[in-house]
Amino acid sequence: MSTTAEHAEHPKFLAHHFYTPGQQADSAKLGMWLFLGQELLFFSGLFLAYATYRFFYPDTFLEAHHHLSVPMGGFNTVVLITSSLTMALAVRAAQTSNQKKLIWNLVATIAFACVFLVVKYFEYSAKFHHGFLPGKFYTGHGIEGLPHLFFGIYFVMTGLHGLHVIAGIGVLIWILMRSKRGDFSAEYFTPVENVGLYWHLVDLIWIFLFPLLYLVK
Amino acid sequence: MSTEVITDSTVDAPGHAEENYLQSGKGVLSWLFTLDHKRIGLMYLVSVLSFFLVGGLLAMVIRIELLTPEGNLAPEVYNRIFTLHGAAMIFVFLVPAIPASLGNFILPLMLGAKDVAFPRLNLLSFHIYLFGALFLVYAILTGGIDTGWTFYTPYSSSFASGSVIAALFGVFILGFSSILTGLNFIVTIHKMRAPGQTWYQMPLFLWAIYATSLIQVLATPVIAITVFLLMIERSLGIGIFDPAMGGDPVLFQHFFWFYSHPVVYLMVLPGFGVISELVAVHSRKNIFGYKAIAFSSVAISGIGFLIWGHHMFVSGQSEFAGILFSFLTFAVAIPTAIKVFSWVATMYKGSIAYTTPMCYVFTFLFLFAIGGLTGLFLATIAVDVHLHDTYFVVAHFHYVMVGGTLTAFLGGLHHWWPKMTGKMYNNKLGNLGAFLVFLGFNVTFMAQFVLGTRGMPRRYHTYLPEFQFWHVISTIGSFILAIAFFLILGYLMHSIFRGKKAPHNPWGGVSLEWETATPPITHNFHGQPIVTRGPYEFPEIEDVEPAKAHA
Ligand SMILES: [Cu+2]
Repeated sequence: MSTTAEHAEHPKFLAHHFYTPGQQADSAKLGMWLFLGQELLFFSGLFLAYATYRFFYPDTFLEAHHHLSVPMGGFNTVVLITSSLTMALAVRAAQTSNQKKLIWNLVATIAFACVFLVVKYFEYSAKFHHGFLPGKFYTGHGIEGLPHLFFGIYFVMTGLHGLHVIAGIGVLIWILMRSKRGDFSAEYFTPVENVGLYWHLVDLIWIFLFPLLYLVK
Repeated sequence: MSTEVITDSTVDAPGHAEENYLQSGKGVLSWLFTLDHKRIGLMYLVSVLSFFLVGGLLAMVIRIELLTPEGNLAPEVYNRIFTLHGAAMIFVFLVPAIPASLGNFILPLMLGAKDVAFPRLNLLSFHIYLFGALFLVYAILTGGIDTGWTFYTPYSSSFASGSVIAALFGVFILGFSSILTGLNFIVTIHKMRAPGQTWYQMPLFLWAIYATSLIQVLATPVIAITVFLLMIERSLGIGIFDPAMGGDPVLFQHFFWFYSHPVVYLMVLPGFGVISELVAVHSRKNIFGYKAIAFSSVAISGIGFLIWGHHMFVSGQSEFAGILFSFLTFAVAIPTAIKVFSWVATMYKGSIAYTTPMCYVFTFLFLFAIGGLTGLFLATIAVDVHLHDTYFVVAHFHYVMVGGTLTAFLGGLHHWWPKMTGKMYNNKLGNLGAFLVFLGFNVTFMAQFVLGTRGMPRRYHTYLPEFQFWHVISTIGSFILAIAFFLILGYLMHSIFRGKKAPHNPWGGVSLEWETATPPITHNFHGQPIVTRGPYEFPEIEDVEPAKAHA
């Protein structure tokens, strides 16, 4: 490719070290998938810890999980799945250059994420109130075995997931602002797509957390 | 690499006035916030070498302390020093040494690209690296850590004094730097190769970096979550690794080694990549067994994920698990041996040039072979029970990490130094440095094999008088090694200020990085290079394989 030709048709969104928008978009997407892969491995340590202690102390897990609120957890599951839907619609809107739809779907996704956090806040407060806390902070009553381990795992897993939700809200707001500025169109929507992928992963992790923690049998 | 570069403008035409990457932009800020992979690589180089100096000085304190059976330091001080030596060498020197410094500089050049796929992410990972290293420094200044670099629980979580949390947080942050670098390199190799450069036309260094990056992306998040849990355990006492609360300290060891075994390959695979380049270029022969070397890198990184349990033969894992881990550890020796055979076969009937990089190849082959083979002793469960936690283990991993990674790093540094700085160093002093490294290293660590087999445990600051002879030998060796490193530092510094201007292609390499100007221009290439042949088809062997004349 000749140097002059490259400068002649170099769209604004195309970084100088890429030759074509396709190359840039593919790179960004591959990078995002790798990032999601490392996120999964990050959480895998927690899932392994969960599996280990559930195997060691099945009775504790069975008893302790009764003190988690299935209606609240279930509600939050529905909230997150719906937010994944609005996120997917936002990506679709970006692909079809539908500015208005893009913005409204992003706003809806952010709103659902906030609802999730509010519900989580009430759940956490209830645990604090009853003293169902991790490790040496555990002051609760009425659960046989080693409930402080269960709540340790519960708080670390949901807490880290919650941090990912908060980070998600952050990047969604960033995408929302760029959308308002009119950065995205059918030609260029990779950031929307990648934030969407991230958001689906956050959703997916919760879909595993919910049954593992709330629906122990 | 035989690459024929077809560009619309001549790359290295004499009198070409374009600024090189060192000249474009002045001042500290133009470096600290640069997006240029070459500058970022150079900043990494300075940083890792600084930490190598710190880690090395700590090692000298250890060796001096061990001159006498009683020693002079208080045990708590000694424990802090060997911990810091290990933590500094591993987390801020060996892990980023080759990929982040040489890799950053060379990888886009070898691909014929203008930069890595995500230049801003690249800069971010350098900043994260500095930030993480800052926490390690903070931990040193506020009480240090005495847990050993392995941070075993429950000692690290419940009993150790000092700034364990700050150090752990540093490791946590450094991990993300490593992940982002790996991610960047994988995408760059997939998406930014020059037209015509197929996977099998990439220099083998890139295959090694690719395999390394896979480990960086897939293993590092596990150490991140591990140290995260340990930080929570230590600060809040959630009990997850605390046996007093029903937690399992062995679970920590599984977590820890799930990263920390692959990290051995993360550190040594890039070294393999460097050696593959050096051995071919300086023997003037096409590499023997290109695909075997390429795929053995990937195989090592794959099998490397399945053998962490060989660190835990005496930690109470099941005997069946022990046997499996032992077997798989033996299995990983196969791809490793394939590489060594291929390098030796490459030299066979080559016209070997006694350049400094080649001297490091000899050093590497000798030291790494010993390091690898003693690994098999330790992979044998019955032998490991006796040698576990002795100086035999210390000597073994130093042969792999120093004899392997460090010598390859030095070899690569000498190989690409002219390209990076535009200056030549003194070849005679270079060879002398390589020889002193070889000599000093063997004296230091051969003695430790003897100590280990006679039962000297690692991490002790006092010992029985009968071990003194070998400890003194080892300390003498360490001084030779120190002299060697200062010699190398000296002539490299000298070359920057007084060195001869480097010729465009001092070793006659044919991979793409030798096609650009020396030092490279900011955008690496004028126009897009096109690759038509393999990476080791040197002009003088073209009568064997007829091809177009070299551009
Ligand atoms: Cu290992």
